[in-house]
Amino acid sequence: MTDKKYIVGIFNDEDVVMDAVQKIRSKGIKIHEVFCPYPVHGLDHALGYDRPRMGVPAFLFGITGTCLAFLLTFWTLGIDWPMNIGGKNFFPFPTNIPIVFELTVLLAAFGMSFTFFFMEGLGPSVKPLIFDLRSTDDKFAMAIDLNKNTVSDSDIKAFLSEVGAEEVNVKEV
Amino acid sequence: MSVVSPIREHLVTGGKTYHDVTEDICRHVEAKPTKEWKIAFAISVLVLMYGGGWVLWTWWEGLGVWGLNKTVGWAWDITNFVWWVGIGHAGTLISAILLLFRQKWRTSINRAAEAMTIFAVLCAASFILMHMGRPWLAYWALPLPNTFGSLWVNFNSPLVWDVFAISTYFSVSCLFWFIGLIPDLATIRDRATGVRKTIYGALSLGWTGGAKTWARYEDVSLILAGLSTPLVLSVHTIVSFDFATSVIPGWHTTIFPPYFVAGAIFSGFAMVQNLMLVTRVVYKLEDYITLEHISLMNKIITLTGSIVGVAYITEFFIAAYSGVEYEKYAFLNRATGPLWWSYAAMMTCNVLSPQVFWFKKLRENIVVSFVIAVVVNIGMWFERFVIIVTSLHRDYLPSSWTYFTPRMGDIGDYIFSFGFFFTCFFLFSKFLPVINMAEVKSVLKSASEKKSKH
Repeated sequence: MTDKKYIVGIFNDEDVVMDAVQKIRSKGIKIHEVFCPYPVHGLDHALGYDRPRMGVPAFLFGITGTCLAFLLTFWTLGIDWPMNIGGKNFFPFPTNIPIVFELTVLLAAFGMSFTFFFMEGLGPSVKPLIFDLRSTDDKFAMAIDLNKNTVSDSDIKAFLSEVGAEEVNVKEV
Repeated sequence: MSVVSPIREHLVTGGKTYHDVTEDICRHVEAKPTKEWKIAFAISVLVLMYGGGWVLWTWWEGLGVWGLNKTVGWAWDITNFVWWVGIGHAGTLISAILLLFRQKWRTSINRAAEAMTIFAVLCAASFILMHMGRPWLAYWALPLPNTFGSLWVNFNSPLVWDVFAISTYFSVSCLFWFIGLIPDLATIRDRATGVRKTIYGALSLGWTGGAKTWARYEDVSLILAGLSTPLVLSVHTIVSFDFATSVIPGWHTTIFPPYFVAGAIFSGFAMVQNLMLVTRVVYKLEDYITLEHISLMNKIITLTGSIVGVAYITEFFIAAYSGVEYEKYAFLNRATGPLWWSYAAMMTCNVLSPQVFWFKKLRENIVVSFVIAVVVNIGMWFERFVIIVTSLHRDYLPSSWTYFTPRMGDIGDYIFSFGFFFTCFFLFSKFLPVINMAEVKSVLKSASEKKSKH
C-alpha cells in the first residue's frame, strides 16, 4: 500500500542544488526537503525557511538557570542556615557569581539542545525516512511530495533533470 | 602571465572528493581492529590495571601512601588534577573559540581534541576522588538538604565552585561532542548493516540531514560555542582560585586566572599535537591533518608558551614590588631553593623550548613538533608542581621546613590516569570517526587542493 509518492532528484554539487532550488520554487513546485551531507549555507533561506531561532530557548533556559542558582545560594546560605564565614556578610554576592554562571551555562546548553532534539523529532528510537542513502555521504537529495503538488510527475522529473539532477528516482512510502 | 598567490595552504590535500572523505574516515571504524591497535590498546589496559591497583590501595590504606607530610599537604595529586584539567582546555578552545573566530582549519582536529577534553577531565576528576580519601562520600560536595549532613555546602568556597565548574564543563563538553557526532554517526549508519546499523542508528537519533535540521543544527553549534567559550575560561579561572583565594605566599596572586588559562591552552595544544601526529600516521590521514595544521598548532604553542613566560617573570616582579618579605622569599626559594631543579625544568620546557618554532623548518618538522609537544607537557606538569610544592615546603616556621619526595602511591596513581586516558582514547579512535566528516566536507570546496585548481 502506498500513501505517499515522492520524486527524488539527486545532485552532485552544492551550487547546482542551490540553483535548482530557486528555479524549482520559481516554477511553483513545492519542495518537501533537501537532504545534504553537510550544512550548505543559504540553502534554508533559498527553501523559504525562517531563520533558525535557537537562541530563544537558550536564553530562556539560561535565565532559568541564573534564577535557580541565585535562589539556591541565597536561600541556603542567607536564610536556611546562615553561616559566619570570616565575619563576612551571610550572602556576599560576588562569591556566588561562579555558581550562578555555571548553572546558567549548564541549563542553557542542555535546555537548548534538548529543545532542538524535540523540534527536529530526534531520538534514539526514531526510524528516519531516508530518501537516498547517499545523502549522508556525497549526494544532495531533493525530495518533492507529489500529493502536495499539482504539476504532473513526468513534468517534475523532466524539470529536475533540466536543472541539473544527476538521477531522478521515485520513492513510495 | 598570471600569478596565483595562495593566501593559505590547503586544508585538505590529495584532491579528495566528498566520497573519499567518507571512505577515508569511516575505514577504521568499519574495518576489524588492526594488530597495532590491539597491541596499543592492550598496553593501555595493562597500564590502567596497574595504576588502578595503586588507586585501590590508596583508598584502602589512606592518603598515607603518598609522600605528603606535615608541611606539604598538597603535592602530586593536585598537580595532576590541574595538569589534566588544563590539557582538556585545548579541545574546547579548538571546537568553540576557533569556531567563533571562523577558523576553518579546526575542522579536521576538533573531533579528536574534544574527545581528548572529555577523557582529560575524567582523569582530572579521578584525582579529586582519590584525594577525598573516602570517595563513596563524594556526594557530600553537592548541595544536599540539611538533614543529610550538618550544614549546606559553603558556596563561598572555591572548592565548591570547582565542583560546579568541572561538572558543568564535563557535561557541556560531552553534549557538544555528541551533537557534533550525530551527522557522522548517521553517515556510518547509512553504510552499515546488522547490529552496527542498529547501534549507530540509535546513536544518530534518526538524523536525515534535511536543510531545515542543518540550519537549526548550525545555530545550536554556534550558540553552544558561545556558551562554551566563557565556560572554558571560567573553569581554569576557578581552578586557579583554589590557590589564588588562599593566603599562602606564592599562591595569593591576582595574575593566576589569565596565567592558568594561557598555560592550560599551551599544554592542551601540546597534547592534541602529540595525539594528532600519531593518529594521522596510524590511520593514514595525512591529507586531512596536514603540515599546515601542525604548523598552526605550533604557532599557538609558541604564543601561549611565551604568555606563560611573561607571567612567570611578572610574578617575580610583583613579589619584589609588593615589599612583602614572605612573598619575596617564596619566589626566591622557588628559583634558588632546594627545588630549584623543578623551577629550571619548568622554565626550560615551557618558555625556551617552544621558541624553536620561530623557524618555519622546525615548525613543519614532524619529529621536532612531537618532541617539543612532549617537552611542553612535562614542563607544564612541573609548572603546577612548582606552584604547589615550592610554595608549601618552607612555611612560616623554619623548624617544620621539609622537602617533598614522592612515594609509589603518588607515582602509581599518576600512572593510572595515563592508562585511563589512553584506554579511552583508543576505544574512541576505533569506534567513532576521528575526524568530523561533515565539517571537512563543508570546507572541501573552498579549501581543498583539487577544487582550487581552476
